[in-house]
Amino acid sequence: MASQADASLVTLMWFKDTRARFVRVGRRKTEWEEIRARAMLSSALRMVTTSSLPRLLDSPRPAHLVLADGTVFSGFAAGAPAIIDGEVVFNTAMTGYQEMLTDPSYHGQILCLTTSHVGQVGVNALDAESDRVWARALIVQDLDREPSSWRSEEDASDWLRRVGVAVGWGFDVRSIVRHIRTAGAVPGVLATDGTEVDALVERARRARGTDGCDLAREVACGEAYAWDRGPWRSPSESAPAMDPKDRPPVAVIDFGVKRSILRRLVAENLRVRVLPPSVSAREVLTGGHAGVVLSNGPGDPAAVAGARELIDGLVGKVPILGICLGCQLLGLTLGGRTVKLPYGHHGGNHPVRELATGRVLVTSQNHNYAVEESSLPREVEVTHINLTDGTLEGLALPRVGVEAVQFHPEAAPGPNDAVGLFTRFAQRCRETES
Amino acid sequence: MSRPAIPESVCILGAGPIRIGQACEFDYSGVQGVKALREEGCRVVLVNSNPATVMTDARLAHRSYVEPLTLQSVTAVLERERPDALIPTLGGQTALNLAVALDEEGVLERLGIQLLGASVRSIRLAEDREEFRQAMTEAGLPVLPAKTVTTIEEGLAALETIGLPAILRPSFTLGGWGGGSAFDRKSFEDLLRRGLEASPTNQVLVETSVLGWKEFELEVMRDSAGAFVVVCSIENLDPMGVHTGDSITVAPAQTLTDREYQVLRDAARGVLDAVGVATGGANVQFAVNPEDGRYAIIEMNPRVSRSSALASKATGFPIARIAAKVALGRRLDEISNDITGTTPASFEPALDYVVVKIPRFAFEKFPGAEPVLGTAMKAVGEVAAMGRSFEEALLKAIRSLEIDRDSLEAPADLRAADDDGLAARLAIPSPERLWELAEGLRRGWREERLIEITAVDPWFLRRIGGLVAAETALRNPELDAPTRLAAKRLGFADSQLARLQGTTPETERQRRLDLGLRRIRRRVDTCAAEFEARTPYLYGSFGDRDEQPAARRSVVILGGGPVRIGQGIEFDACCVEAVAGVRSEGFEAVMVNCNPETVSTDYDAVDRLHFDPLHIEDVLDICDAERPVGVIVQLGGQTPLKLAGDLEKYQIPIWGTPRDAIDRAEDRGRFSELLRDLGLRQPPGRMISSADQAGAAGEELGYPLLVRPSYVLGGRAMEIVYGPDELAEYLERAAAVDPDRPVLLDHFLEQASEVDVDAVADGERVVICGIMEHIEEAGVHSGDSGAVTPPVSLPLELQAELRRQVRLLALALGVRGLMNVQFAIQEGVVYLIEVNPRASRTVPFLARATGMPWAELAARVCAGASLAELGVHDGVPSEVAVKLPVFPFERFPGVDPLPGPEMRSTGEVMGRGRTFGEAFAKAALAAGWRLPEEGKVLLSFADRDKTRLPALAARFEELGFELLATEGTAKMLHAAGYPEVRTVFKVGQGDPDIPHLLAGGGIDLVVNTAAGRKAARDAPSIRRAALDANVPYFTTIPGAYAAAEAVATLRRGPLTVRALQDDLGSKPPWAANLG
Repeated sequence: MASQADASLVTLMWFKDTRARFVRVGRRKTEWEEIRARAMLSSALRMVTTSSLPRLLDSPRPAHLVLADGTVFSGFAAGAPAIIDGEVVFNTAMTGYQEMLTDPSYHGQILCLTTSHVGQVGVNALDAESDRVWARALIVQDLDREPSSWRSEEDASDWLRRVGVAVGWGFDVRSIVRHIRTAGAVPGVLATDGTEVDALVERARRARGTDGCDLAREVACGEAYAWDRGPWRSPSESAPAMDPKDRPPVAVIDFGVKRSILRRLVAENLRVRVLPPSVSAREVLTGGHAGVVLSNGPGDPAAVAGARELIDGLVGKVPILGICLGCQLLGLTLGGRTVKLPYGHHGGNHPVRELATGRVLVTSQNHNYAVEESSLPREVEVTHINLTDGTLEGLALPRVGVEAVQFHPEAAPGPNDAVGLFTRFAQRCRETES
Repeated sequence: MSRPAIPESVCILGAGPIRIGQACEFDYSGVQGVKALREEGCRVVLVNSNPATVMTDARLAHRSYVEPLTLQSVTAVLERERPDALIPTLGGQTALNLAVALDEEGVLERLGIQLLGASVRSIRLAEDREEFRQAMTEAGLPVLPAKTVTTIEEGLAALETIGLPAILRPSFTLGGWGGGSAFDRKSFEDLLRRGLEASPTNQVLVETSVLGWKEFELEVMRDSAGAFVVVCSIENLDPMGVHTGDSITVAPAQTLTDREYQVLRDAARGVLDAVGVATGGANVQFAVNPEDGRYAIIEMNPRVSRSSALASKATGFPIARIAAKVALGRRLDEISNDITGTTPASFEPALDYVVVKIPRFAFEKFPGAEPVLGTAMKAVGEVAAMGRSFEEALLKAIRSLEIDRDSLEAPADLRAADDDGLAARLAIPSPERLWELAEGLRRGWREERLIEITAVDPWFLRRIGGLVAAETALRNPELDAPTRLAAKRLGFADSQLARLQGTTPETERQRRLDLGLRRIRRRVDTCAAEFEARTPYLYGSFGDRDEQPAARRSVVILGGGPVRIGQGIEFDACCVEAVAGVRSEGFEAVMVNCNPETVSTDYDAVDRLHFDPLHIEDVLDICDAERPVGVIVQLGGQTPLKLAGDLEKYQIPIWGTPRDAIDRAEDRGRFSELLRDLGLRQPPGRMISSADQAGAAGEELGYPLLVRPSYVLGGRAMEIVYGPDELAEYLERAAAVDPDRPVLLDHFLEQASEVDVDAVADGERVVICGIMEHIEEAGVHSGDSGAVTPPVSLPLELQAELRRQVRLLALALGVRGLMNVQFAIQEGVVYLIEVNPRASRTVPFLARATGMPWAELAARVCAGASLAELGVHDGVPSEVAVKLPVFPFERFPGVDPLPGPEMRSTGEVMGRGRTFGEAFAKAALAAGWRLPEEGKVLLSFADRDKTRLPALAARFEELGFELLATEGTAKMLHAAGYPEVRTVFKVGQGDPDIPHLLAGGGIDLVVNTAAGRKAARDAPSIRRAALDANVPYFTTIPGAYAAAEAVATLRRGPLTVRALQDDLGSKPPWAANLG
């Protein structure tokens, strides 16, 4: 190189060229085109810079979390100014905040995320697990001001404010977790509108948890609908070819279903119809479905009205796959009992053993209740157990094609170790059809 | 399900000497591996040529061999020990390559040794670039367009399809060595030529360059039952184009959506399947296009690595330990997670903090080397720091580096650069990149501009920009409590706040403490507090609840910080050894260190670990938390010593040699006074404070002179000058001389032998650990010099005199603990060169040579034990032991590889034998020298050495070598009775000249003595050519004689091997209550 300046010029030139090259190559006409266009527009709009000071030094407004047992944690406020009560839970997943916030299973809960930074990748249409934020409020260590991701369509913090979610940031979430893990999932109150602690203590004492609440009713769809979108694919991977003629129809009973479950079913080339939980067994069976999925959902399984009758009418008549709440409901229907765990399983790293093969799956979990293994009748086979505390993670009635898991095989967020469950279910559906 | 039987005995191969790209991380992995195997009931055999390692402690493995890591030597060990299995995945590329060689030679089959942890196929697949690509493509995993070539022509042809810029990756080399990025045809050809040479299989992968793409790494683990876990995800701040070892990295990855992250996770699993890694750990590297998320697999290492050491420290998940158990056939769900004690190892750690790793470089030691970062690793060490946010971790990491910086503030030359200059600098990745980015942001440059030039992700830029913007906000003298707390949470050090506020660090600290803003300890627990953690692995931060356990009589040991030239693994080995000493005296051993590569930061090796910067603020906070009864500062090299003064000011109890002793040894005037009082001799010296004093001083002292400026302008700090004009020229060029920056001139003793003596003293008794005679003459830094113990050419009376002087010094200085003394002996007269009242880097070498844990004993002395009680005597080497340095010159093309008064080696090897020749031969082999048993020797001597020429020539002729010489030397030899000596052309004098002969294999050994500035015009290119051709060259006559001895020994037959345990006698009394 003749000089450093020459070197930098060459670097600049080829770099620009390289970037341009890669942008041109590999684009396909899909919804991504639209999304990218939107992303680029919002990126251009962001030329107007927000303050570059870190949030901590940018006149942050105070926020307080007061638990029912009187413990106080303080931090700062973002999102919507409000006073929110809910059941305080945590999740240790390091990615997937958008998925978690929009997961109906978090209805009624104040979600504390342990990971250091939240919001780095903004939010986008495809990663939402439902059409709205279901968590009552969010508590994080840090909320990013501006995202950096080609998939981002909107800032996370703008989005949260826009949809009216209260956010506490700058909290010592680790201390909250250390408290909750010994005290159990505790009801509490988060104030992001500047209300002082003293005014919150009484309200916190009376805050409700999720025991005995039928929250599934509140999050489920009112009317049936069809779903035909598959999972997100990396631009480096090609979608497998699917036979348009081989598409068995399946019904998903919506107790708060995550879209990723629907996407995984579509990926198995199934025709998906989502039904409200008020549907009757007869309606489901006469609908010509080759299989039924009992979805995940929020709250106490023992309180979900009508679920047991519905499931009772389906067992033995059609292949069933139950996920999370669906697994608990199946357990109850089959004669077992559900119990509340001390502080639940909430993370994307829980090891589960598949007893038939001995395989260890790393799974995504989000549940406060579990089926008590000892309460199940002998005919029900235990198929998976949690390796950290031995609790039941899966049950089945193999003779009649019923399988259910406590964890989330669709992950989102989390590892894909267990997506094979959808394939097995699809196979059962196809066998039934033929 | 049946499980294969656990083998009764297992052999682990170490990684050998510390090199760039393969360093301390393998001592950490090796130690973990040995412990894990012992837990499983295996008998462990260990081979490692590097004595400065914790793993070679004879109490760790059952059979420890400090022998060359060569095919012949390892085969001899295997034949002797007959282990059932061999684990090659804990010793870097060296061990993997050895395993492949052992397999190819049929040794493993012949001896019935099973290879565990990696199969030969998977080792080959991962390293052979072409096979790897094929396997990936077959498995449907994306790789970049590329082609493997074995000739220059093939390479140029490949350019047609692949295009420029291109990256070249040679197969089977270490740390990207031999490769690089090429932007134009000429550099492509040059790099290709070098790469084909560097690769042991003469293969280079020519790949489309994705410079500017984002780089991610996943550290993964798998067991025989197919379980797969990701231990850690790492995102590089420096995009593709800079080796991961030279990049600033963050864990966990920050800018991937969950979907994208899972895609990489699934791909990593696919890579392991395709390569055939059935059990063990691996590192998989990805490139991701920031524009559209396309990704490609760059490479994978089916073994523990530098990244896995970092990942283990970052997450608390001990990868090497678990990899060793998994290699034996254990399943991950059968192995317990030590940190929680109740959960299995078959899970993925969740982090509720951020870890930032910053590499450390040593370009200032290699003038002529360009501080440009590329695909071949150049970092010599690294630091890591933990914080609740990226900002906090970044600033903690900066002050851990020990480069006299505690912030993102720009150094003077950067501040002075104009915008174009700054842009030009930013375009070329360098060790200054972080500060250059900060400066650009400080000047208000738009993010887009910085991205365009550097391709650093905007997420990092914004956070760095935030810290820069904060600087202005924090200048406000009315800093209220919430703002101060905010600053501390962001990672701002009290010292930086002092500058911003115009006060002193002490004031800022006091203000902070008055406001109750104390650091709390947080635990690294692999599960983000979901489960209760048992093991005390802590870092400091600000938050609500302190997790510091109640301390019981704790002793804090301050570690050595990042590895750098001159201070590396040797000090770490001392610190770790000290833990046992502290424990035997009934105290809790608490370690403080910020180096993720080393054994000292393994929470398993200590009672409590604080992973925090070795910076006064953090150490004081730790002392506040621990309230230690004593702090040991003499085992971590210069790093803890520099803190000692401040610690004393805050009344922290320092154990061991009092600070005043250190001052007496370092202050020139006081040192001279001390020697005068004791009647000891030192070479005459003077201090000058202006250039005009130079001439007179030179006359008085007598040339040659060793010049040591206190302020260096450029180039090496110390040099030897041979006359007044050289002195003047040096002062003008390289050193500033004024009353504030005096220059030290010492008469340089020519043809003097140099001797190092280490000792332990307790105020009453002094025990000599060992006497090491340098093989090189005085003038080569002791760290760069080969050495032998016991001495081979010093008469016993002289050795007794050395012991006497050491004892006098130790008692006069009041040394408690370790001490190192360096002597020069010229014509039987003993001169004192320097005294260091602390552990020196030779301590572990002596520990291995004598079988005594000197650092452990020193720690006990610090804790109050007496040498008499301990029953310790002077160390006696069990065999002759030779230590030889290894240099990183091949990583710095164009640099003159001349050893000199400034240290430049990165590591060492040890050879043990019954005779000096045997020991030197083994050490030479271990250092990678190609000692020829026959052939041609080139002699080229400086004028002043020519009198010693005939004797050396005779020796080589006796051994049957043909002699070649340069003109002047040849003339002398012809006259001395060697008419057949062939004259060769000096550089440029004719064809073929020396460099050509070297490149073509026409010379097998070079003896070329330096001769001062003027006469050494050609010498650098000869030295460089010899290095590039891997022809051993010697710059001193004693070194050449040593080589001759070694050759003679090699001729006599194959070298034998001997375990350290064979030479350990009965246990001495002090060892009674040791584990």
